[in-house]
Amino acid sequence: MQSHSLRMFLAGAALLASGFASAETPADFLSRYQTEARQSAPGFSASAERGEKFFTATHGGEWSCSTCHTKNPAARGKHASTGKAIEPMAPAANPERLASTRAVEKWFGRNCKDVLGRTCTPAEKADVVAWLMNSPR
Amino acid sequence: MTATFPARALRALALAIAAGAAGLALADDDENKRLNINHPEYRSECGSCHIAFPPALLGADSWRAMMAGLDKHFGSDASLDAETSAVITKFLVANAARRDSAGSDGRPLLRISDTRWFRKEHRDGHDGITPGIFRSEAVKSAANCAACHRNAAAGDFSERDIRIPKNGARS
Repeated sequence: MQSHSLRMFLAGAALLASGFASAETPADFLSRYQTEARQSAPGFSASAERGEKFFTATHGGEWSCSTCHTKNPAARGKHASTGKAIEPMAPAANPERLASTRAVEKWFGRNCKDVLGRTCTPAEKADVVAWLMNSPR
Repeated sequence: MTATFPARALRALALAIAAGAAGLALADDDENKRLNINHPEYRSECGSCHIAFPPALLGADSWRAMMAGLDKHFGSDASLDAETSAVITKFLVANAARRDSAGSDGRPLLRISDTRWFRKEHRDGHDGITPGIFRSEAVKSAANCAACHRNAAAGDFSERDIRIPKNGARS
């Protein structure tokens, strides 16, 4: 009896946890990256303006983020080498963006290496997320 | 992202058709070239920057080499976690072309467009292909199958669905 209700409880808790994990919001990413950035710079506060500058500038290489994603986060982009369409980056225009840690970390990981030749810092990610969240539909 | 096959029966049917087509994949002028790309993880992980290329278009050794070098994937970082990478490699190898796709140096080719079959089928003048079309603004790259094969993203390379862009020759 007791072990049965314990099992039920654990199953419920697991369900709840998985529900939370799949329901991440853009604000979750902003606060997570901001918190990470504050560990080395306590006064850090994400800036959409800095995010835009970062997104649209080249960083020593050939590409900027906007080479493929355009300078408008609400617009569709186009892959620079294959020509394939890329859906908008702004969550207001594309609800699939900034909704899963796995996807967000995968794409920051890959694309920062393509554009900067290194991983992005938490501060850079926080700024970009702030800018994408600011974008109207 | 693209159409899915919700009904299990339909999926089984599609798989059967695709398996049949894969055997004929490299035959010339086959009217119904439906190739198997029916693997959700492959389609989502390898169908973002380019379409999910049919595994039947390269040999198993080529796919193994491809998956071992995703951090330097044609000038981009396309890294995957080890688990996802293993699952996708298994699908690619299981559905690969029966023949090896190796270059003149004997090493596995990584570009589908470098295979002898591709070069023959896409030579200038063949089926309305004009010189320079692959570098044109409308096509941009030989990797952009869907520029002419309109249903390529669904693994469908049937001849009747080919439309070569009119402005293709201009760049």
